Amino acid sequence: MKRLRTRALAVMTAASLAIAASGCGGDGGDGGSAAPGVTATTVTIGSHQPLTGPAAPGYSANSAASKAFFDYVNANGGVNGRKIVYKYVDDAYNPTQTVSVTQKLVLQDKVFAIFNGLGTPTHSKVVDYLNAQRVPDLFVASGCGCWDEPRKHPQTFGWQVDYIREGKILGDHIKKTFAGKKVAYFFQNDDFGQDGVKGLDKYIPKADVVSRQSYQPGSTDIGAQAQAIAQSKADVVVLFSIPTYTALFRLAALKLNYKPTFVVSNVGSDPITLTGLLESFAKKGGAEVKGSPLIQGMITDGYLAAPGDASNSWTQLFKKIHAQYIPKLPFNGNIVYGMSVAYTFVQALQAAGKDPTRKGLVEALEKSHFTGPGVVPFAYSKESHAGYTGAVIGKIQGENVVPEGQPLTTDDGDGPIQPYTAPQPQAPANGIPAAG
Amino acid sequence: MDTVLNLLRRSTLTRHTAGALAALAALYFLTTAVGPYRDLQIAQVGYLTCAVAGLTVLTGLGGQISLGHGAFMAVGAYTAALVIGHWGWPLAAVLAAAAGVTAVAGVLVGAVAARLHGPYLAGATLAFAVGLPGLANYAPLTDLLGGQNGLTLLPPVPPESLGATFPLERWQAWISCLGAVITLFLLANLTRGRFGRTLRASRDDEIAAALSGVRVARLRIAATVVSAACAGLGGGLLAVVATLAAPGAFPLTLSLQLIAAIIIGGLGSLAGAVWGALILVYVPTWASDLSSSSGLSHNIASNLPLAVYGLVLIVVTLAFPRGLQGGLRGIGGAVRRRAHVRRDRAPGPRGSASTDTSGPTTTHPGGADEATADQGARRDDRGEPGDRGERLRR
Repeated sequence: MKRLRTRALAVMTAASLAIAASGCGGDGGDGGSAAPGVTATTVTIGSHQPLTGPAAPGYSANSAASKAFFDYVNANGGVNGRKIVYKYVDDAYNPTQTVSVTQKLVLQDKVFAIFNGLGTPTHSKVVDYLNAQRVPDLFVASGCGCWDEPRKHPQTFGWQVDYIREGKILGDHIKKTFAGKKVAYFFQNDDFGQDGVKGLDKYIPKADVVSRQSYQPGSTDIGAQAQAIAQSKADVVVLFSIPTYTALFRLAALKLNYKPTFVVSNVGSDPITLTGLLESFAKKGGAEVKGSPLIQGMITDGYLAAPGDASNSWTQLFKKIHAQYIPKLPFNGNIVYGMSVAYTFVQALQAAGKDPTRKGLVEALEKSHFTGPGVVPFAYSKESHAGYTGAVIGKIQGENVVPEGQPLTTDDGDGPIQPYTAPQPQAPANGIPAAG
Repeated sequence: MDTVLNLLRRSTLTRHTAGALAALAALYFLTTAVGPYRDLQIAQVGYLTCAVAGLTVLTGLGGQISLGHGAFMAVGAYTAALVIGHWGWPLAAVLAAAAGVTAVAGVLVGAVAARLHGPYLAGATLAFAVGLPGLANYAPLTDLLGGQNGLTLLPPVPPESLGATFPLERWQAWISCLGAVITLFLLANLTRGRFGRTLRASRDDEIAAALSGVRVARLRIAATVVSAACAGLGGGLLAVVATLAAPGAFPLTLSLQLIAAIIIGGLGSLAGAVWGALILVYVPTWASDLSSSSGLSHNIASNLPLAVYGLVLIVVTLAFPRGLQGGLRGIGGAVRRRAHVRRDRAPGPRGSASTDTSGPTTTHPGGADEATADQGARRDDRGEPGDRGERLRR
């Protein structure tokens, strides 16, 4: 009897082992190359992206745009003869899922680098992990200042302008344009929103800020916050929010018949995304709303080519690739973003040399002086892993953000805001960055 | 009579000990043979097994439906994160605290739940599952609990005696699997004894159980506490493996998945809990691999894993109405019947237990250590009318 049961248990355990072990095939070696994820013909990189969940509206297009740009580069011979294989997986903007999908990309898919992992609350949970595993963590899709810690996180590089810099530039603009007016903040209650507020507070006098309201991504009920801000009768509302919450707040203000001036951070202000969100949210609430008139005149900032600027060589290049590879997605700021960051990655991979290694990639980036689709320079050096160093103020007109004035650069500390005078570089004729 | 019972009970204990040791040995070889990613998945199976096994006791044996077990896991995970973050206790103490604090939560929920039945109980525990993770976002608590961002834990450092290059993932798998084996071992002993017997009795006929001296309400509270402690341990292990406790890890779907796991695995069987946990971990992984290699547009591909998961649930439920464990037992029984027709006809619960292919962790409604042959329970074992699903609905 005893023996029978023990044997039965052994059989069951063996069966579970068989299940667990089947599918281990993916754990093969790295193809004899020096670096994981690099073979003679391919470089495999991975990313975590919100393809579903609260941040998916708008942001789910980023990775498709990056993929389209890599496909375009691959069709033109790749980088040093290697094609870029871009694996991006859904984390639903849920930190717990970010941890598990990133572990999968690193341990099972053995990616060469993590590229453009999206989201502050999500990516901050895997930064320590990626650095411990010595995986290059390039161009995090978040302007949190936390990516700029070369000593603590030598593998991690930011890309977009960080939220403190952005907050400073927006705050300075508000101080100059709306002197003495009442200001209210509506921000995401994590490093994203809190960093933005840090930058804003460096310029906007404390006494002028009449209300500070925050939201948690995930819960879509922001009625109380909108009510509080409306009651504070602020003339200017600054939104450090992702597009979903910009739209929700705009609709709540409409319901309360509250008409302040809106100042929206870059990540939450893409006009086409907002128009779509406003209309679909209103529809869910049983109301017919035209989205576009609601966002006209919103003040925001940008650091890339404007999607609606047909004369810009970068917009022309990206439109061409868009039409060829992902024609079904609307051409908006997210597409420009995804292709621009992919462009910088191609530059980085070129800089890493003929036989890229993880270490070589990071060292090449620290020495780099890339120019590309941005209106301001990168901050990359041994001492700084921050991305773009500033932005230009703009206003939503029609479907575009129209720049007003000159690009501005600053640092993430107490440094001054300075105009940047060099013109935006032209896109290369064949769309592929010149090697070197 | 007493001495016979005692002997039997003691032999059950030896049997379970042997089984647990065998499982630990097997898991040792498995975790050292596979790569770090597989180790992580094994760790996930481990902590889910704790929670599913706990729910099996409450729902499968006690007949009480709980839609709130995801919230119990959250309590355990946050307890672990807070204890590590503020006091830096050793890991075993942290996990004990996770189970302990969740057990206390179980007392509170159990006190309410003992007075409720069926849909009312489901509703009350549902509210618990929906409301509790929301506490993390409640303004006065966001500083303590980290809001939506959650609390980050330092990963458990493998002891130096294991060598400098010992992979962290294997260490996490060991911790998690040890927790699962201990949970199963304790639950197997508990449900074989008086506790399990009275629990089943109160599930099958509350009035009869009360008439024969079982204090049903107290028993149900106890079952909820045991079950919550298991879920709390599972949650604590989750926090240690994911190095994170965040509300996003404990959505309502987690509670529903745990329920699905006990049904797929086999209601009321601890071995079924292992099957359920395996399915919870591996089916979504396979589904997402499938969808990412399918070349579909990303709108479809990103939602496909859920659809595939649902499909697997439907197929398993149709093919094995009594769960995977029930199905296996049925197949094993059929094979054995053909081989030993006579032996199988022999009466008595020991005979029926020998048709069991599941090992020592399986529990029967009649209980293998039951002294008298209970006709109803035996019919149940053979999958004839009066099986557990039907009993639950009563």
